[in-house]
Amino acid sequence: MGRAPALTSAVQGQPGSCSKTPSQYKNEKVQFPGPKEPQDVPPPLRLASFPRVPEFTCQVPGCCQVFAALEDYQHHYNMLHGNACSLCSRAFPSGHLLDAHILEWHDSLFQILAERQDMYQCLIEGCPEKFKTSRDRKDHMVRFHLYPADFRFDKPKTSRGPATRGSDADLSTAALGDEGDAMEVCSEPAAAPPAPRTYIHRVPSTICFGQGASRGFKSTQKRNKHH
Amino acid sequence: MWTRQPRRPGLMACGVEELRRRRREREAALRKARREQQLVSKRLLREDDPEEAGGESSATVLGEAEVQEFLRLAQRGTEEKEREKALVNLRRGLQHPETQQIFIRLEGSMRTLVGLLTSNRALLQLEAARCLHELSHSEQSVVAEACLPATSYLLTYLSGHSSDFIELCLYTLGNLIVESEVVRQQLLPQGIVSALVACIQSPHVAVLEALGYALSQLLQAKEAPEKIIPSILDSLLPQHMLRLMQPGPKLNPGVAVEFAWCLHYIICSQVNNALLITHGALSTLGLLLLDLAGAVQRTEEAGLELLACPVLRCLSNLLTDVAVEAVGGQMQLKDERILAALFILFQFFLQKQPSLLPEGLWLLNNLTASSPTLCTSLLSLDLIEPLLQLLPLSNVVSVLVLTVLCNVAEKGPAYCRQLWPGPLLPCLLNTLALSDTEVVGQSLELLQLLFLYRPEVDFWPLALLFSPAQTPLVSPYFLLPCSPNYGCFSGLDWASLA
Repeated sequence: MGRAPALTSAVQGQPGSCSKTPSQYKNEKVQFPGPKEPQDVPPPLRLASFPRVPEFTCQVPGCCQVFAALEDYQHHYNMLHGNACSLCSRAFPSGHLLDAHILEWHDSLFQILAERQDMYQCLIEGCPEKFKTSRDRKDHMVRFHLYPADFRFDKPKTSRGPATRGSDADLSTAALGDEGDAMEVCSEPAAAPPAPRTYIHRVPSTICFGQGASRGFKSTQKRNKHH
Repeated sequence: MWTRQPRRPGLMACGVEELRRRRREREAALRKARREQQLVSKRLLREDDPEEAGGESSATVLGEAEVQEFLRLAQRGTEEKEREKALVNLRRGLQHPETQQIFIRLEGSMRTLVGLLTSNRALLQLEAARCLHELSHSEQSVVAEACLPATSYLLTYLSGHSSDFIELCLYTLGNLIVESEVVRQQLLPQGIVSALVACIQSPHVAVLEALGYALSQLLQAKEAPEKIIPSILDSLLPQHMLRLMQPGPKLNPGVAVEFAWCLHYIICSQVNNALLITHGALSTLGLLLLDLAGAVQRTEEAGLELLACPVLRCLSNLLTDVAVEAVGGQMQLKDERILAALFILFQFFLQKQPSLLPEGLWLLNNLTASSPTLCTSLLSLDLIEPLLQLLPLSNVVSVLVLTVLCNVAEKGPAYCRQLWPGPLLPCLLNTLALSDTEVVGQSLELLQLLFLYRPEVDFWPLALLFSPAQTPLVSPYFLLPCSPNYGCFSGLDWASLA
């Protein structure tokens, strides 16, 4: 006597047929109290109009941008001082790119090794490829990773940048970036006269803003004072 | 859908298909509404402009000259405030589809915007990103494709520190992913998977929710099973997703819901579900289900019930995967607390979300189909009666309940002994009297199993069923006392009766 076997049925919803009610909880986004991070701006401040505070300037030496709202300053700090090279004041969007920059621009050992083996690593995290020259790497990124040929965080080293031997390059001209160089941190007050600048060599005290101090080799660290 | 014995097409109960069609329509409407609400919630998040709050945000469409002027000012203005204001005006204008079209047709416009996105002025960067976000809202793929030059930077910024900015980039990427396959084809080689892996380690809830959104859009792409899901399974994303779904004090419901749906899409694709099992998906999902039951029992309004649907689906689908069976996946879910949790959820669904009852019953079906242990638990925990109480609710639910009972009965005489008689008899009498062919068919199937294993029982009360109205469906021979001598069960295939 035939009988159907036990039903091991499965309703396999096709991806397109999955119902979802994201908008319901999206609306109630505020109701889910997330884990509070100490540096988070509390929600009421974000939703209401910003209380006007007296203007304040960025505390990082060499940076003179002015802010009237805490959130603006937080964003500025994260973007421009979070991963900054202390040797040439270039800012990078991530620690990975900063690491690559320091290695390739400010490490003389790197230059020596690069003559013998492939040292230029692909800038995409997770891609293990290495190349003999930065041009080869750029070709790889353009052809394989479909990156733009003028990717702003893969500039070839220019003569304008500080030399790798730690000579006293003119940091002021390096800091006054042109329009096209995305990575320079602002340090130009528009009305400053082009007076000769003095150079002060100083080993900095351990300044840490808690969200990523700028990094570099301490022995060649310089500061530029505008006073 | 459920794979059943082959039957004539015209008689397929349309309840399930109807549900599916309605769900698809709702999903499409929700996605559209979600995008529009995205617009609203983004504006709300940045209420720093009194003009905007005052309702002037419904600005007029910008003309080509105005767009050019704003771009010029933003790029070359001397005053910081002036440059910002220009970008803010551009952003407001880009809320209109016509302005979007004008913008993308203007030569050099995207190049300028990308230049601002990567400039050394943080606030200009933010405004430029918001302009891109407005563009990503467009429902026209040509606008999304015009944003291609910016994607490499959006991905690069995902590894940064500014959580607001990352959140914005993620939502923008998510919107672009939905709109255009060309964009997806570019994002994969650009390293979106490794960027997401870096990002999923962020402690910020808003970032994680945004990431869940972007990832779920990526996983719903039509080419996902072949092109996207394999690289996601190769990465650390599944482990992180499961980590974020671990029940406990650190569980964030909004984040967990997003990733539960992501997991569902991955499981549906059936690319490599055994790998998910080795990462502990079954135990995580099982524990989450227990947690959900606990939460609804405590009547906490924490939004945890939104997790119910994706978790139920994930579990059910994982249990049916052939590869999972091969690694003994079902063995991991023998804990009878799962059954208790399910029934607690049934009570909750009855009151709050009846549409989820079929989902829960479907999981119960899959659990009982291959596990005699759980069938025993079902009987020993006295869950048959609560199950029978669900019968009158709807045809879909009835079929599922009867299928579960069939699964139990099929396990052997000992199980049938516990099922019959008892409250089962009056319920079956009711179901056999219904007009829905699928329900009646399933009831007959159950009866057939009971007759098979308990031939000595007196089934005469079923003669009450014989009524002229039912003649075409129920053969009178069926109602004779079952005994092998009568041979009335030879080839009793209910499908052939209908």
